Amino acid sequence: MNTAPVEVERPDTSEIADLEAPWVTIVWNDPVNLMSYVTYVFQRVFGYAKPKAEKLMLDVHHKGKAVVSSGAREAMERDAETLHGYGLWATVSHDS
Amino acid sequence: MTSDQPGDWPESDPEDQLPRFRASSGGSVTARFDATQAALIRGLVGQVADLIAAEPPPASPAGGQDELAAELGLSQHAELPDDPVLARLLPDAYSDDPEASAEFRRYTETGLRSAKVEAAMTVLETLPARGGKVRLAEPESQAWLRALNDVRLALSVRLGVTDDFDEDVARMPPDDPRAGHVWVYQMLGYLQESLVEALW
Repeated sequence: MNTAPVEVERPDTSEIADLEAPWVTIVWNDPVNLMSYVTYVFQRVFGYAKPKAEKLMLDVHHKGKAVVSSGAREAMERDAETLHGYGLWATVSHDS
Repeated sequence: MTSDQPGDWPESDPEDQLPRFRASSGGSVTARFDATQAALIRGLVGQVADLIAAEPPPASPAGGQDELAAELGLSQHAELPDDPVLARLLPDAYSDDPEASAEFRRYTETGLRSAKVEAAMTVLETLPARGGKVRLAEPESQAWLRALNDVRLALSVRLGVTDDFDEDVARMPPDDPRAGHVWVYQMLGYLQESLVEALW
């Protein structure tokens, strides 16, 4: 087996994350978190404009859950960790 | 999710007597608390912080591996906490993958616990025990938001809050042993709502 190092052009990983099914962060509805607070957290954590943050909040409220971010698995775990810090019920899963 | 609008409050609890935050100069927010409200909030914030800070005994006997893990800031907990309040405050990150949840917990739980305790400490440092006016700069406001939310989550677990909570409360007799906690839970919701509005 040839073990000599081979120069390989590194692919753009962000593009790969887009091409492959990405990972997602999901926020689940709960009866405690305030609607205003959840909207505020989405704006603050993800930098979403208020209308987008509000729409996501309403999706969580009415549909029981919503995908709030997508991308590489590590990034989704960081998002979930941040959201847990705010007391939101967030999970990570593979988009399918 | 829920919302706490002033209109939800009964006549006996005029909203102007409840503590609420208002936007102030330079991005800061202010609120006034009487001694009873301050003691109540400080007590609950302290209790939740104690619960979060308390480390349950490690699942495996302490050894070199565990000391190394502690040094690296890795949690020795891989499972959802038994206490339902802690389980809500430190939830699983994977709904259908216990192994991935355990790995996530090992790397994040220590940091999450510290951040929550730190937020609680900020509330205790900025809310005088005898009450009075509180002025919060931006980082302190963020700590208050998260700490108030953690207390509301903790109370909600103990109170068994569901989507039908408002109806449950409406049907609750005045002498129900939960009535006091329900009032505190709602007061904190109103306070948190006012803080979000003041920060927007």
